[in-house]
Amino acid sequence: MNERITTESSVRARASAAMSADQLAALSRGFWADAWKRLLRNHVAMASLGFLVVLALAAILAPLFLPHSYERQDLLALYASPSGTHWLGTDHLGRDLLSRLLVGARISLTVGLVAEFIIISIGTVMGSLAGYFGGWVDTLIMRVVDALYAFPDLLLIIIVMSFLKAQFGGAVAGWLMPLAALNKALGGLLGVFIALGLTSWLTTCRLVRGQILSLREREFVESARVLGARPGRIIRAHLLPNTLGPILVAATLGVPNAILLEASLSFIGLGVDPPMPSWGLMISEGVQAVQSYPHVILAPAIAISLTLMGFHFLGDGLRDALDPLLKR
Amino acid sequence: MRRYVVRRVLALIPTLLLIYTIVFFLMRATPGGPWDETGSRPVFPEIRENLMRKYHLNDPLWKQYVDYLSGALHGDLGPSYRQRGRTVNEIIADFFPISLQLGLAAMVVAVGVGIPLGFVAAIRQDSWIDRGLMLLAVIGISTPSFVVATVMIVVFGVYLRWVPTSGWSGLFSRQALIPLFALALWPLAAVARYSRSSMLEVIRADYVRTARAKGLKELAVVARHAARNAMIPVVTITGVYLAFVVTGSFYVESVTGVPGLGRYLVLSISARDYPVIMGTTLLLAVIVMIVNLIVDLTYAFLDPRIRYE
Repeated sequence: MNERITTESSVRARASAAMSADQLAALSRGFWADAWKRLLRNHVAMASLGFLVVLALAAILAPLFLPHSYERQDLLALYASPSGTHWLGTDHLGRDLLSRLLVGARISLTVGLVAEFIIISIGTVMGSLAGYFGGWVDTLIMRVVDALYAFPDLLLIIIVMSFLKAQFGGAVAGWLMPLAALNKALGGLLGVFIALGLTSWLTTCRLVRGQILSLREREFVESARVLGARPGRIIRAHLLPNTLGPILVAATLGVPNAILLEASLSFIGLGVDPPMPSWGLMISEGVQAVQSYPHVILAPAIAISLTLMGFHFLGDGLRDALDPLLKR
Repeated sequence: MRRYVVRRVLALIPTLLLIYTIVFFLMRATPGGPWDETGSRPVFPEIRENLMRKYHLNDPLWKQYVDYLSGALHGDLGPSYRQRGRTVNEIIADFFPISLQLGLAAMVVAVGVGIPLGFVAAIRQDSWIDRGLMLLAVIGISTPSFVVATVMIVVFGVYLRWVPTSGWSGLFSRQALIPLFALALWPLAAVARYSRSSMLEVIRADYVRTARAKGLKELAVVARHAARNAMIPVVTITGVYLAFVVTGSFYVESVTGVPGLGRYLVLSISARDYPVIMGTTLLLAVIVMIVNLIVDLTYAFLDPRIRYE
């Protein structure tokens, strides 16, 4: 990590005995306000944020105003080219591509935010515990991480997904019933959340553990320990703030990665349930006839690339804003 | 250090057992079997019964669990259910070399090109080189491999007719360029980004300033002092990409028609060809675990401050 944050933390460590909790909170609020100001000055990041907000609003609101439903088939207009009636054309079943694209945006954004929140939470908690306590806690957590890590994550997700899909799809009884109903109401998204959450926290965990492993030997942590701070407080107040940069970089790659995994799953038919549109599903449907009707694949392909780019640029901007020394 | 290596190698055993157990029970707990009736090919109950008996699928679950495990330990991964008369060992021998070649080549390209690009961008921070490279990197990360492969096939195969639209004729043919590029692009871009941000953190450290103050040339400062520490985060991440790539991206292989193990494996999952799934998974797991062990050892070698008690 960089010097400024480290110094700030050691100041805090030394001062924590003398300062009240309010004063400490004010200190950290100042840090975040500074970061926000720096982010506002980053045009690329703000443009990306703007794009994502517009996309989110369009995804939430537009289906209410669009003339065509995302699942209604216009059998007289299969593979129609873009026109006044269907702005982006129609797919192989004559469904309006613009409506499907925007409803697909709902799926992607939901998956990205919800799944990544689950992933980062699990990864940070596990990584801090393993890194700080070491010993058998570390051994236990890292053994599980190593075992799951040894699995190519996509393969594990595919296996878990085919299990969940079969479980939720078949004749369900007992405690699975409410879960299956929820999954059905969400168009198969619950399964995606579970599969991603169970399998994708490993990278964050390793990253946080590695950072804490090299941070916990530093003087400011030692001084906090000498002053009698409890492990929970040392992790929260001293170690995690210094790990925020790497965690944010991980989340930066994480949100778009979750979106990408959902699209990949839907691409091979293991993601959301049709007729729910997902960009991955739309692309795989478009691949069938890509030589004759490239417009079908074009819209979702551009949409997914732009959305992922937006999250990457925003994350980069956040990192630069939180880590002012990186930018001279 | 030696004790650490021995301990890690021994630790592979329970880890492998855990993976075997997870896959075994998840696959068996999933409804549907290898001889489910499909509309076009009815399976008579007597025939299914005989098949089940032949492959010991009627045995108690614990017996199947132990039997397959003991076979695997003797290097016998069992028969394939889907391709009668072929063993999993033969299938792996057929399909894996292609995935391995393609994956290793993609990884070499990704690391060999990604790390230097990232370092150059960091050293020339905020120049047009930096901005240009990072824009390309973000585009690389943001484009799914199946989109890259499809678009390249349409452009180079359909419109320009430079390469056949699908198939495989060896790693050193023009045809291999599309799968190679599609597979390498994402890790390349990610490696470049990580290399850049980690070099940016290192390059302002006191010891780098000291190296400059001693009057060392910029190249020596970067190559001998900064690069070693800047490599640490890149190395930890490289293991992940290697795992991602070596297992053969199913998407790249299937879209470009490369007959590799990744594509075969996913077909096997939907066909519930248990022995193929299990054998392939165990093979990949062993490879990835060995890679991860090497990564961890490199980690300690690159940064002696990291302690393994």
